[in-house]
Amino acid sequence: MALSEQWCFYGFYWGEDPMPDTRLIVLFLVLIGAGVTYLTWGLAGPIAFILKLRAIKLGGLLVVGAAVGLSTILFQTISRNRVLTPSIMGFDALYVFVQTSLVFFLGGLGFSQLPRQHLFAANSGALILCSLVLFTLALRKTRHDIQLMILVGVVFGLLFRSLSALMQRLMDPSEFAILQSVSFAQFSGIDRIELLASFIALGGVAVWLVWRTSVLDVMALGKREARSLGVAYDRVQFEILCAISLLVSVSTALVGPIVFLGLLVSALAHSLMQTHRHALLLPASAMIAALILVAGQAGFERILNLQSTLTVVIEFTGGLLFLILLMRGKIQ
Amino acid sequence: MRFMRAPKPVFAILIVIMLILSGVSIFIGAGDMSWDNPNALQILMISRLPRTAAIILTGVSTAITGVIMQLLVRNKFVEPGTTGTTEAAMIGLLIVAAWMPGWPVFAKMTFAALCALIGLGIFFALARRLPAEQPLLIPLVGLIYGGILGAVATFVAYQADLMQYLGIWLTGEFSGILAGRYELLWIAGALALVTYAVADQFTIVGLGKETSLSLGLKYGQVTAIGVGAVAISSSLVVVTVGVIPFIGLVVPNIVSRAMGDNLRESLPIVACLGAVALLSADILGRVLRYPYEIPAGTVFGVIGAVVFLWLLLGRRSHA
Amino acid sequence: MITVQGLYHQLGGNPVLRDVSISLPSNKMTAIIGPNGAGKSTLLDVIARQSKLQQGQLYLDDQDMTQIKPQDLALRMALVSQQNGIASRIRIRDLVGFGRWPHHQGRPQAQDLDKTAEALDRFDLNGLGGRFLDEVSGGQRQRAFVAMAYCQDTDWLLLDEPLNNLDLRYATALMVQLRALSQVQSKGIAIVIHDLNYALNYADHIVALKEGQLAFEGAVSDVANSENLTGLYDTPVEVTKTEKGLFVQHHLMAAS
Repeated sequence: MALSEQWCFYGFYWGEDPMPDTRLIVLFLVLIGAGVTYLTWGLAGPIAFILKLRAIKLGGLLVVGAAVGLSTILFQTISRNRVLTPSIMGFDALYVFVQTSLVFFLGGLGFSQLPRQHLFAANSGALILCSLVLFTLALRKTRHDIQLMILVGVVFGLLFRSLSALMQRLMDPSEFAILQSVSFAQFSGIDRIELLASFIALGGVAVWLVWRTSVLDVMALGKREARSLGVAYDRVQFEILCAISLLVSVSTALVGPIVFLGLLVSALAHSLMQTHRHALLLPASAMIAALILVAGQAGFERILNLQSTLTVVIEFTGGLLFLILLMRGKIQ
Repeated sequence: MRFMRAPKPVFAILIVIMLILSGVSIFIGAGDMSWDNPNALQILMISRLPRTAAIILTGVSTAITGVIMQLLVRNKFVEPGTTGTTEAAMIGLLIVAAWMPGWPVFAKMTFAALCALIGLGIFFALARRLPAEQPLLIPLVGLIYGGILGAVATFVAYQADLMQYLGIWLTGEFSGILAGRYELLWIAGALALVTYAVADQFTIVGLGKETSLSLGLKYGQVTAIGVGAVAISSSLVVVTVGVIPFIGLVVPNIVSRAMGDNLRESLPIVACLGAVALLSADILGRVLRYPYEIPAGTVFGVIGAVVFLWLLLGRRSHA
Repeated sequence: MITVQGLYHQLGGNPVLRDVSISLPSNKMTAIIGPNGAGKSTLLDVIARQSKLQQGQLYLDDQDMTQIKPQDLALRMALVSQQNGIASRIRIRDLVGFGRWPHHQGRPQAQDLDKTAEALDRFDLNGLGGRFLDEVSGGQRQRAFVAMAYCQDTDWLLLDEPLNNLDLRYATALMVQLRALSQVQSKGIAIVIHDLNYALNYADHIVALKEGQLAFEGAVSDVANSENLTGLYDTPVEVTKTEKGLFVQHHLMAAS
C-alpha cells in the first residue's frame, strides 16, 4: 500500500488525523454566523432586554436542534434503518402521554408542587421505562418487516395522542390548565430554568457519547456482528435507548413534538458526511438540526414576519421528503 | 345464481343491539327526560333524536366509505381518515371560510367535496405507483400524505386565523348536534344506500381491473362512483361532526375477517356495526365523566388505535 | 476443542434442539449439515453465544463458556452470520477493519492496520476497499464479512452458510482458504453448509443434525457414506470415491 494511501486509510478510518474534519468546521462557523445574525438583526429599543430574550430563544433552538439530531442518529443506529426517527416511531407522543399520565395520577396539585428538576427526572424515567418495553416488544414482533415496524410505530403515536386527549378530557379543568402550561410549549415561550436543566441533560448525554463513540460504530453493524466482536449488545442498546429517551424529553419538553425534523436532518447529515462513523455523524447532525432551526426561525421572524409556524413548515418539508423516500423505494 | 347467504341471525342481533343503544343514547344526557317533564318532548325532538340520528348516519357512512376505499385501493388498511381525504376536505373548507364566507352551504360543501376529490385523486396516483407485493406501504404513504396535507391545513388556518375551526373538525363530537344542524348527513346516508345498490360491482372492482374488465364491468364508471361517494361522504361528515378516526378501518376489517368480502352480504353488517361502534363510543364518552362529555372521536381514537394495532400485529405472518 | 453437552434449545416455545452432545475438534474444519429446519444455525448461534444457553453445557478447551466475558470470547471466536442488512453507509475497508475492534477497542495500532490490509488482500477485496457496502454485489458483501471475521484473528471461526451468494469461483476459493486456515494457521473452523460436495471434500469432521437431534458425528472418512446421508435427508444420496475425492450425487432418478 502506497504511503499516501496508507495515511488516508489511517486518517479517514479511525480519525487519527489530528485535524478535525473540515466539513464540521465549516458547519460550525456557519452555525455561529447564523446565531450571531439571529441575535443582532434589527436590534432596536431596549437592547439589553431584547438580547436576553433572544439569547434564551437561541439557546432553546440550539439545544432542541442538538437533541433532535443526536437522538435521530442514535435511533437509526439501533434500529439499523436510515429513515426511522424517534418521532416517527411515536416517542414524542409517548412523552406527552407520560406527562399527561403523571398529572392524571398525581393530580394537578402534586404535579405543580414537585420541583421542576424532579418532574423532569420523573418524566424522563417513565419515558425510558415505557420506551424500553414498547421498543423491545415492537421490535420482537416486527423485526423482519420494516414497513410493519414503521406502521406500528405511527399507529402507536396516534394511540398515545388519543390517550393523552382522552385523559385531558377526564381531568379537572384546573389540572388541564397546569398540563397545558407545561406540555404545549413553543419556541417563543421557553423557560429559563427548563433550558438550563435541558442543557445539563444534553451535556451529560454528550459526555457519554464522546466516551462511547467507537462502540456505537460497532453497534451499527448489527446485533450478531457486534456480539461477535465482544460488545455487550443488549447493555449498550439499553444505554442508547436511555440516551434517546433523555434527548426526546429535552426537545419535547422545550418545544413539543416536531415529527419530521429528525428525518430531514439525518438525510442531510448522511449525504454531507458520507461515513458510518459516529464521531463525525453525530456532531454533524446536531449542528445541521440547530442550523435549520436557527436559520428557519430567523427567516420566519425577521423576513416573513410570521410567528411560530416554523414547525409547520418543517413538518411539511420533512413529510414530503419521507414520502419521496418511500415512493422511491429507499425504505425497505 | 345463489351466493352464500348472509348469516341472518348476526344481522338481526346487530339491529337489536343498535336499537337498544339508540334508546340508551336518547335517554342519557344532562336534560331531564322523565315523562312528567313538559319539556321532554321538545328536548327529544330538538336535541336527542337528531343526535342519535346523526351518530347512526355518521357510523354507517364512515364504515361504508372505509369499505369502498379499501376495495378501490385494494388494500385492507386504508380509510379516508388515514389517507388525506379528510385533510383535503378541511383545506377546502378553510379556503371557503377564509375567502368566500358568503357562499351558501351547498356551494361550500361542493367546494370541500371537490378538494377531497383532488386529495383522493393524488392518493390514488401515489398508491398506484407502489409495488403490490408490499401492502403495508400504502397505509404508510397514506398516513404521511395525510400528515403533509394536515400541515398545509394548519398553515392555512393559522394565516387565516381559523385555528378554532380546525380544532373543532379534528375531533368528531356530537354534543353540538341539534335539529337544523345535521341534516346534511342524510345525504351521506343516501349515498350509503346507493353504494348498496351497486354492491356487486364494487365487489368485482375489488378483484382488480383485469377481472373487472373480463367480467364486462365498466371499471372506470364504477370507480368514479366510488371515488365520488367517498369524497362527498367524508366532506359531509367532517363539516357536521368532525373526524371520527379508525371506524372506517376497524369495522370493515373485522367484518371481512368474519365473513369475507362479498359486499352484497357484508355491507349491511358493516353499516350496522359502524353505527353500533359509534353509538357505544358516544355513550361511553357521555358517561365516563358525567355530566361532562368526552368527544366520541377521542374515545374511538383510543379504541380504534388499539384494535388497529391488534389487526396489524395479529396478522398471520408471511413466513 | 469446543464441547457441547446435553444441549436443549427452544425458540418461541418450540423445541429446536434436543439433547445435542457434540465436540468440535481444534485445528480442524467441521461441517454442520442436515435438512432445512434441523437446527444447524441455532446450534451455531448457541456455540457463538448469540443465543443464551438454555439448558446444557458449553466448554471451550475445558473452560465453561458461560463464564468467559464477551470481550475475551471475541478474541477467541469469530462468527460470520447469514446476510445482514447494514443501514449505515460503510466502506468495505472499514467493515473489515471492525474485525480488529476487540483488539483495540477503538484505538487501532499499526498491526491492526496491517492485519486489515492482509485480510483485504487475502479475500481478494483490494480493489473494492473504498466501495460502500450497499453498492457491491451480494457475493462481494459476503466476502467482506468473512474477511472481517478473519481479521478478528481468533482460534475459532464459525460460519453460517457462507457460500450463499458466492459463485463457483469464489465458493471454491473460500473453501480452499478456510481449509488452509485450519491447516496452516491451526484454526478450528465450524461451517454450516448445504452443499455436500464441498462439505465432504473440504471438511475433516461432520456433525449431522436432523429434527433438532444429532443424527451422526465423526470424521468424514468414517461417517460420510451413502447410507448415513440417505437417511439424513430422506432422499437417495450416493457417495462415490474417485481419485479426486468424494463425489456426492443426490439428483438420482428414482428408479436407479
